[in-house]
Amino acid sequence: MTLKTEPITVNIGPQHPSTHGVFRLRVAFDGEVIQDVEPVFGYLHRGSEKLAEERTYTQVVTLTDRLDYVAPMTSNQAYVLAVERLMGIEAPERGQYIRVMMAELMRIASHLMMIGFFLQDMGAFGTPLMYTFREREDILDLFEMVCGARITVTYMRVGGVQADLPPEFTPALERFLAKIPGQIDDLEQLLSGNEILIARTKNVGLLSAEAAINGSVTGPALRASGVDWDLRKSDPYEIYDQLEFDVPIGENGDNYDRFVLRLEEMRQSVRIVRQCKEQMPGGPHRLELPMLLRPPAGDAYGRVEAPKGELGFYLVSDGSIAPYRCAIRSPSFINLTVLRDMLIGWKLADMVTIFGSLDVNMGEVDR
Amino acid sequence: MYGEGILKGMAVTLKHLFKKPVTVQYPEERAPMFPRFRGYEFVWYEDRCTGCASCAKYCPLGTIRIETETEPDPNVGDRYGLKVFDIDTGRCMFCGLCVEACPYDALFMGTGFERATYTRPSMVVHIDELRAAKKKPSAYARPHLHGINFEDETSLSSEEAGR
Amino acid sequence: MPVDRLATGCQPLGFWDGMGLWEQWGINFFPRLGDTMCRAMGGATPGGIPDWLIFAILGLAGAFAVVNVAMLGVPYVILLERKLLGRFQHRVGPNRVGFFGLLQPMADGIKLMTKEDITPRVADKLVFSLAPLVFVVPVLLMFAPLPWAPHAVLADLDVGILYIVAVTSAAEIGVFMGGWSSNNKFSLFGAMRVVALVVSYEIPLVLAIVGVVMLTGSLNLAAIVEGQRFVPNLLWQPLGFIVFMIAVSAELNRAPFDLLEADSELVSGFHTEYSGMKWGVIQIGEYAAIIGFSGIIATLFLSGWKGPAPMPGYLWFVLKMGMIISGFIWVRATIPRLRVDQIMNLGWKFLLPLALINIFVTAGEILAYPDGLPVWLIPVNFAFAAIVVAVAARLLGIQGQPRQVVPAPPVFETMASS
Ligand code: SF4
Ligand code: SF4
Repeated sequence: MTLKTEPITVNIGPQHPSTHGVFRLRVAFDGEVIQDVEPVFGYLHRGSEKLAEERTYTQVVTLTDRLDYVAPMTSNQAYVLAVERLMGIEAPERGQYIRVMMAELMRIASHLMMIGFFLQDMGAFGTPLMYTFREREDILDLFEMVCGARITVTYMRVGGVQADLPPEFTPALERFLAKIPGQIDDLEQLLSGNEILIARTKNVGLLSAEAAINGSVTGPALRASGVDWDLRKSDPYEIYDQLEFDVPIGENGDNYDRFVLRLEEMRQSVRIVRQCKEQMPGGPHRLELPMLLRPPAGDAYGRVEAPKGELGFYLVSDGSIAPYRCAIRSPSFINLTVLRDMLIGWKLADMVTIFGSLDVNMGEVDR
Repeated sequence: MYGEGILKGMAVTLKHLFKKPVTVQYPEERAPMFPRFRGYEFVWYEDRCTGCASCAKYCPLGTIRIETETEPDPNVGDRYGLKVFDIDTGRCMFCGLCVEACPYDALFMGTGFERATYTRPSMVVHIDELRAAKKKPSAYARPHLHGINFEDETSLSSEEAGR
Repeated sequence: MPVDRLATGCQPLGFWDGMGLWEQWGINFFPRLGDTMCRAMGGATPGGIPDWLIFAILGLAGAFAVVNVAMLGVPYVILLERKLLGRFQHRVGPNRVGFFGLLQPMADGIKLMTKEDITPRVADKLVFSLAPLVFVVPVLLMFAPLPWAPHAVLADLDVGILYIVAVTSAAEIGVFMGGWSSNNKFSLFGAMRVVALVVSYEIPLVLAIVGVVMLTGSLNLAAIVEGQRFVPNLLWQPLGFIVFMIAVSAELNRAPFDLLEADSELVSGFHTEYSGMKWGVIQIGEYAAIIGFSGIIATLFLSGWKGPAPMPGYLWFVLKMGMIISGFIWVRATIPRLRVDQIMNLGWKFLLPLALINIFVTAGEILAYPDGLPVWLIPVNFAFAAIVVAVAARLLGIQGQPRQVVPAPPVFETMASS
């Protein structure tokens, strides 16, 4: 006699502890094994693209803060780069250095957050999360020093940054740079040799290079699969071509690679920040531009290597004070393309870690 | 392997057990605010304000409501007087664009962060409140205020605040 | 051991057999209490009052005392856990209610009691309400044979350890009832995991005890403590201790085996739908089980209420329990959770063989030295345990499981074509 079995459908989310925001997965389980997945999103849709059409070019910067609220600086950067391309201008060198420095600090903060939540999802009760948040706090303090806010920074402006670095910034940055490598080592020592972590991550959630490319995956998730694609190297924007850093590449594209790669990227970011600090040129931080910008009619695409992947803004201008159309290529959203294929066949417990290892931010997915 | 990684991790947590916690015990202790902190209680100087409404125009959310009227002034003829200057801080996102836009250094970000209220209407900061409030402006978009001391109880006069 | 014990908690007079000075000075309260009560009743066999009545009254009084000790311990174990977790995580933990946060458990209790007790509309109401009780009662039963100090035993059972193994596995029925009756898929997952976990970990748990029992030759917990004459059993049984600790963590659903409440996967597992005091009762059950099991570990492996310095026996006992609980908390603060299949692998392929090896080796040692094991066996035992664990860990392999091939067709139509 054969027992009649049928898959059990479970709604994971939108209010689930490890969906990192309001994300919903309809999952069909065969016992504990995932048989099918349907991602459902849009719970955090705020219409950022449409709102941008109603705002002046400067005001849109505030919207970009709220896309990826874990890494607002890079969102700012991508947007202002697009507008600068639209207008055919370039920020003064000091402005570019400050921007790159902020973007790299942001990358550290974002990766810290990812590592904390990734390990939290794996069941390490709060400890890595508390450690990473402690370190992220220092970075947010630096941001507060520079621009007065911690998360909703609104710091970058078309043609530079809003304000020059304050005098207390450099000593604080030095203190931070002296501290952070040890803290990253601590974090690595805490868990990356851990047998349980290795058992939970090695060979789990494999993403082949081919599948990653076919799914337009970018960022650490792509590099962990062994594809050497980092916009900072392959299409250098701002001053990245004058800086020295390595792009870590993974081998297998499993959870472990994605985790370790981020640790390594943080180290490289520390290197970049240090170089920026040393090479920081003098001069103006910002071009003298009017508050109301009127870029010539046309279109432009600005992209940066955000912590989560390639973040791009496509702007169409009709010559007025507001963008005619603003389309956002958000890496989190596009990285979700491969989620279903990555999840099928793994267990429930792997689901949260695979999802966490992709490092998806719902603010950016739903825009 | 062989549990060595687990032991290493346990050593890290044990090390932290004997460190001083990083928590700032908020009501008793306060984390320092930086001069550029974009905080609550906008600081507004009525005598510097011309009622040009640049701030209201540049606000992405339309948070500032300004109504002006002409006031007869025996010395200079008619001048603009401000009847309404309301900032709906319940909607404000403290982006600071209004402060950046003010050409006369009349509007500043505040430095406070403790203004919880029970109702939404009471989050609207009215003109009288702005007039009466202690003036402790933040240095955001006003680099000349950078050395300002937050602990000071006195408020900044409009001459000191302007450029 | 005196055999003319009348009943629970009531010891014949003049029973001190010289376990340290403090006991002789009469600082041991529990036996005193039983003594006094016996005397008040007119001695061990008072005329006129039937034996069973004395038995019942003293039993109830003793049970009341022990259950209350356990219940009072629970809030403070919770507080200890929160405090220690806080410090492990570089923060302070609760410190607002009362001095040093000492009243925090009271505040939590009041909050839980005043909270609305929600029963889901579709839940099986009777089973749903019974589940917390079924969960908590066996856990409290576990305290009966625990020796807190010399002769301070509520029920000096000759099959004490067997009894404990039996009642503690009954608690998981409560977990399963709660998970099943909630009519929530997360709860059901949690409940299913419990069944699998208990079935696989009960066996190494019992087998690890066998070594200790062989050494002492008794199943009686008090006798086991007495049996650890000069050194605790831990030194003779390092391998058994490791296996027992791991199995107990699984039995207690502590990290890294907390997969039935796995908050990041199953929201909170079998008690997802519980709220208010029902949730509180489940929590009490969990933490009481931690206290109870650390008591058992202290008894079996760390020589219970005995200690190198003169101190009342129950203080030694509580101190050892506290150390074991702190160890559990430390582990919880550090390591991540294992996956279901990995836990099963660990149970069947790692712990079970180790426990069997331990039994054989212990049996061999006892056969070779019937009049007591020589001291040089201690380092040998430790070295042997280390080697065996390392080899077993090697054989177990720590690579992740390969992806399971799912032949079934897609379930959802919307995404199927992509
Ligand atoms: S801070 Fe921003 S949102 Fe608030 S009033 Fe000023 S411009 Fe508007
Ligand atoms: S921009 Fe400045 S001067 Fe103009 S209305 Fe606003 S506060 Fe007054």
